[in-house]
Amino acid sequence: MKSLQESKNELADTTKQLEILSSGPFADGDLPTFAKKLEMSKQFPLKPKAVEIFQVNMGYMCNQTCAHCHVDAGPDRKEIMSKETMELCLSVLQKSSAHTLDLTGGAPEMNPNFRWFVEEAVKLGVNDIIVRSNLTIILANKKYHDLPEFFAKNRLHVVSSLPYYKKDKTDKQRGEGVFDKSICALQMLNEQGYGKTVSLKLDLVYNPAGAFLPGDQFGLEQNFKKALKQDFGIDFNNLFTITNMPISRFLEYLLRTNNYEDYMYTLVEAYNPAAVKNVMCTNTLSVGWDGFLYDCDFNQMLNLKVAGKTKHISEYDEKLLNEREIILSQHCYGCTAGAGSSCQGAVV
Amino acid sequence: MEKTYYDPSDLKKFGKIVEWDEELGNKFFEYYSAVFAEGALSAREKSLIALAVAHVIQCPYCIDAYTGDGLKRGISQEEMMEALHVGAAIRGGASLVHGVQMMNKYNKLSM
Repeated sequence: MKSLQESKNELADTTKQLEILSSGPFADGDLPTFAKKLEMSKQFPLKPKAVEIFQVNMGYMCNQTCAHCHVDAGPDRKEIMSKETMELCLSVLQKSSAHTLDLTGGAPEMNPNFRWFVEEAVKLGVNDIIVRSNLTIILANKKYHDLPEFFAKNRLHVVSSLPYYKKDKTDKQRGEGVFDKSICALQMLNEQGYGKTVSLKLDLVYNPAGAFLPGDQFGLEQNFKKALKQDFGIDFNNLFTITNMPISRFLEYLLRTNNYEDYMYTLVEAYNPAAVKNVMCTNTLSVGWDGFLYDCDFNQMLNLKVAGKTKHISEYDEKLLNEREIILSQHCYGCTAGAGSSCQGAVV
Repeated sequence: MEKTYYDPSDLKKFGKIVEWDEELGNKFFEYYSAVFAEGALSAREKSLIALAVAHVIQCPYCIDAYTGDGLKRGISQEEMMEALHVGAAIRGGASLVHGVQMMNKYNKLSM
């Protein structure tokens, strides 16, 4: 499977995606825009709190091409963060209020300077360093086989996607053979002590394999724990449920299967004003592979840079950034549906 | 007039039932929520029962609703189909067990 960009799909153009997100029921007035909905619950404009999580996208290159990927990542994507930009990130981390560094991609491990960056961040004494690992990268090439040891040595917090505890649904979403490799990688992480203690945290991410919202996080976590332990002897700490955002490849899927409008209605109906105050854009700053700043990873993929004067890591000014308004579009309904959704799972 | 009796978008309007009789409508939805809450049976088990019943009573709205609910809860397609067969078996059995009545009547009337 090729990325939208490589296959020259019109949705590779983010303006086209934004156009779709603002037309149809939102243009007809059948559904309120996200900004309007915030106004109705007296939560507009949406402003950030202090930066707690610095989420760095290390590049869009990935060994997998998942059907729902909001990054449109894949082996054919060549965008990758340079060492110079990483150095800028490290200098910002030194003076920022952020206590967590969240490394994402693509597959962040495929960046040739990934290990260097991690070791430098460890030296800085960053409290919590998260690596969002797709698991299969560990088995993709001999040079990655020692990643579990590297993660453990640096006390990284591993967060990994596993859409289901059974093969069929996982492979449908993430590609043929992904489930078996993911299980093997999880067992390798368990051997290092991951998921068995609180000091080596292994969290899993569940996102629905289709046009529906995730169910109760705790209930799903129980099912995952029971099935993975029983079938494969696997332990993990927490399960995060994440709602699929109607952007990029998942938007393409929704449109292709004629599910788009129903999905948007579902998101709007599930709007939960209590989730708004904890949405991740209020405490996270997303840094693109090229150093540009975004309110979240989803805005990054829609090329919606932060409002205000400091738009790049090279001109980082936390005080100014804390005063900005968060850029909104209708995809934001994905983070406020039901129990809410963030890179740390449900927020309510 | 609608060209079909069932419109999938009507499911979203179910809540409007209260507009014509607020008291009874609200009582129904309150009862409905209580029925599906966690209890001696889990909400997951109740969802599967609802899915099976939805097929037995052939309610297209309920089938849509509880297929979606099952997916949200991580219920697998095998579990859904097994629940459905329980409903189908009971429905089929209910037809077939009346055969005893037929046999009784036949025997009574026959020499």
